[in-house]
Amino acid sequence: MKSFNRISSRIVPLLERDIDTDQIIPARFLKVTTRVGLGEHLFEDLRRNPDGSFRPEFVLNRPEFRGATILLAGDNFGCGSSREHAAWALIGHGFQVVMSTSFADIFYANALKNGILPLVLSTRAFEHLERVSRTGGEISVDLPHRTVAWADGTYTFTIDPFAGLCLQQGTDQLGYILGFEEQIVAYEAGRAAREVS
Amino acid sequence: MRLRTLFEKIWDAHVVAVPSGAPALLYIDLHLVHEVTSPQAFDGLRRRGLRVRRPERTFATVDHSIPTVAGELADPMAAAQIAALETNAGEFGIRLFSGDDPRRGIVHVIGPELGLTQPGMTIVCGDSHTSTHGAFGALAFGIGTSEVEHVLASQCLLQHRPKTFEVRFEGKLDAGVTTKDMTLALLAKIGVSEGAGHVFEYSGPVVRSLSMEQRMTLCNMSIEGGARAGMVAPDDVTFEYLAGRPFVPEPFDAAVLRWKTLPSDAGAVYDRTVTYDVSGLAPMVTFGTNPGMGISIAGRVPDPDRCVDAGSRSALAKALQYMGLTPGEPLLGRAVDVVFIGSCTNARISDLREAADIFRGRRVAEGVRTLVVPGSQAVKRQAEAEGLDRIFKNAGAEWREAGCSMCIAMNGDEVRPGEYAVSTSNRNFEGRQGKGSRTFLASPLTAAAAAVTGRITDVRTLL
Repeated sequence: MKSFNRISSRIVPLLERDIDTDQIIPARFLKVTTRVGLGEHLFEDLRRNPDGSFRPEFVLNRPEFRGATILLAGDNFGCGSSREHAAWALIGHGFQVVMSTSFADIFYANALKNGILPLVLSTRAFEHLERVSRTGGEISVDLPHRTVAWADGTYTFTIDPFAGLCLQQGTDQLGYILGFEEQIVAYEAGRAAREVS
Repeated sequence: MRLRTLFEKIWDAHVVAVPSGAPALLYIDLHLVHEVTSPQAFDGLRRRGLRVRRPERTFATVDHSIPTVAGELADPMAAAQIAALETNAGEFGIRLFSGDDPRRGIVHVIGPELGLTQPGMTIVCGDSHTSTHGAFGALAFGIGTSEVEHVLASQCLLQHRPKTFEVRFEGKLDAGVTTKDMTLALLAKIGVSEGAGHVFEYSGPVVRSLSMEQRMTLCNMSIEGGARAGMVAPDDVTFEYLAGRPFVPEPFDAAVLRWKTLPSDAGAVYDRTVTYDVSGLAPMVTFGTNPGMGISIAGRVPDPDRCVDAGSRSALAKALQYMGLTPGEPLLGRAVDVVFIGSCTNARISDLREAADIFRGRRVAEGVRTLVVPGSQAVKRQAEAEGLDRIFKNAGAEWREAGCSMCIAMNGDEVRPGEYAVSTSNRNFEGRQGKGSRTFLASPLTAAAAAVTGRITDVRTLL
């Protein structure tokens, strides 16, 4: 996983609430055995007409947002299925930050494990950033300092310290877990003894 | 001693370590694996040269992308995914219920059926409906593929401790009103995100009176309320269900004694509590594009203009546009194209028996495509032994092999664009049952009533 520190980008606004993982990546694209190639199907059914052509009005298809790496979404982003394919599709498309007032639990965990910063906003900060997104302004997100800065404002966010550190350092969490081998062995031995008694 | 909830007792018993500055390391007792969310995890193990730490705690099945017509070849991508699971299970020494194995079925149906799911366990699977297993008084939740890899390699997960949320059901359900209706009513009340960061514990006299299969339906949809897990304290109903199943511990009586210590202590405190009185509840049906958008069967489609906040207004307007519905119109009497009776929510034998009672002596309405898909091959055999398959087939419904089928529409079973389906599954998201599909979530009784009348119908008029 790449380490994450600071990025600057325009904001792609996708402001509906409860955007579920079926909208992020429809189930018919889950028949893959790798993580690659999902970016091109991100928000597939919102991005394309039934005949496969792009819907020019959909935000991801608008030229001014090409190459943007920050998504601004409504409440409860990523609800529904546990498919990590949603995170793979976002990162595959180039998104590194998703900002919302709230995230669904499983999506939140999946995003972090793929180097995506799920950034929780206050309602007020959301409103500011919605305005910035409409005017095409660029913002910068600074993870070490926990700040989002735009032309005429800043917002200080919080993130669980462990998650923040893992993102900053590009930490492989499995490597970290395997460092607890002794404790895992001891736990298993203790459990075996209790369940026999 | 501190009074603890069911959740807290299970959590405390599974903490392996509490590293400073990091979430707790939680031990996982049972890991269920399916073809869709696991291939990348096994590849990760191979890349790192790791083995599966506890293959005896890991079980795999094929359910999401498998065709439900016997002998039909899966599409090449689905076939490759299924083949990958077969290879991975062989290479890493995991038991797999695939192909003609009589134990194959939807992962959340076979876990309980085989007695793998037990009270007090921590259970995970790369599937959000893992919450189903909480019906046994287990802490069970869905995880992503990275976490699947973590559990395969270490049998552990790094987890922040969620908060507790008691959902208490009071009153008594009327005839024709089922656990599914009660679940949809709860979601209509609390919405789809209130449970985030929490574990539901369902309690109260209604929950105590539910069978294990009904408790599974209730816990199954916890994730639809935003809670990763939902649970019911184990009791004699639980122990009687489990007795004699293939994978239950021996001696069973000793296990029951341990399990009896699990229910929340009297006076234990939850972070939140909500109470719902089910008295007078009518069958429920959803009208929108998330499971919280539900109304009483005789209700009318709500009007976005009456929403207090702008967010709800636009969400509702968008949902109604997708669904092709007008504010204020009744759903009762609306014609439907497809009826799907299946999924990890409602494809157990009791669900099929309920549906069969409606189909018995009736015919599927002209032009309605009706699929009945058992949750497992064991459910299929049981239904056939009881003659339910003949009732479905004589009525004109299609009787299929076990699988997730039209709930997730990955296997070729799908609702066509613009069609309306009444479905016993768990999600009515845009495109969930196929691109452009429009879903009305309902109970097996209500789905069967729609099949035989061709319209959204109050099943109580057919009882």
